Amino acid sequence: MIVDKKKGIKRMTRLLLIVLLSLLAAALGYVILTLPKSAVNLQELVAHNVATSGVSNPVTAVLLNFRAYDTFLEMVVLLVAMLGVWSIKEVPIEPITDIRNPVLDTLSGLLVPFLILFSAYLLWVGAHAPGGAFQAGSVLGAALVLLLLSGRQPFLAFQGLYLHFTLVASTALFTSIALFTLLVTGELLKYPLAQADTIIFILESIATISIGLTLALLFFGIYAKQKEKQ
Amino acid sequence: MLFMYALTGVGLFFIGLYTLIIHVNLLRKILALNIMGCGVFLVLISLAMRSGYSSPDPVPHAMVITGIVVTVSATALALVLMLKVLEMTGKAELYDEEEV
Repeated sequence: MIVDKKKGIKRMTRLLLIVLLSLLAAALGYVILTLPKSAVNLQELVAHNVATSGVSNPVTAVLLNFRAYDTFLEMVVLLVAMLGVWSIKEVPIEPITDIRNPVLDTLSGLLVPFLILFSAYLLWVGAHAPGGAFQAGSVLGAALVLLLLSGRQPFLAFQGLYLHFTLVASTALFTSIALFTLLVTGELLKYPLAQADTIIFILESIATISIGLTLALLFFGIYAKQKEKQ
Repeated sequence: MLFMYALTGVGLFFIGLYTLIIHVNLLRKILALNIMGCGVFLVLISLAMRSGYSSPDPVPHAMVITGIVVTVSATALALVLMLKVLEMTGKAELYDEEEV
């Protein structure tokens, strides 16, 4: 009887919750439907200034020039998450699967070069069309994860100091460019007009590698089996 | 038509919130948080079109891509924490102290 009563109470709370959340959803939906056309016209601001940003894709211009500190802090977030994962779980530089499958071997051997090329294309195309460092970085990360899952060991030849250096490279570069622009132009991450495209290109390239590596290592950190305790 | 996407985003957010409240298992909670995040991104992306120009407002789009990367990092950290809880207690669940 007690169990039945408990079940009844549980069902009642669930119903109450559904009603409450539906009301909230309806309220939020109403707010969205009745939003004014546009409160702050950021779009025109971006469209007017995109010529001075060094790239012609407005999203990339916002990400790496107008609001570059967003991207800068995002790099820091990735790095902090990485450090968090590493401090909770020791990441062994070992293969995480014993599968040696000829189909998987051949397929990953064919796909990974293509994925690297595709990532480079996404990086390049980001200057004037949808694409950019994050998309390119995710593709690179996916290539590394594919290698890891098919039993290869991409981190074996590339570990210790090199690995750590590549992980912090983009954050370090962002910090130094931020300091440099602070000294030269007097504003944080405000690039000199003539060098804007070069700076963005270098930043994006390094960021792509750091993002790809960090994403793959985050995955590796979760997926890897804990080392047997001696 | 445009607002259909934004309303779908609101729907996803509340489905995620409901799951987050109802389920005890931490993996479900993490997934629910991800679904809530997707809802927010959908709202932001679709509302970027409402200014009436032919192309969407790039600022919300840039914010969403930043948000996606932050979500991925947060999810990874949450999963590792969940695995630690699983390893320590044998269950991927959190309880109040008095229940234990």
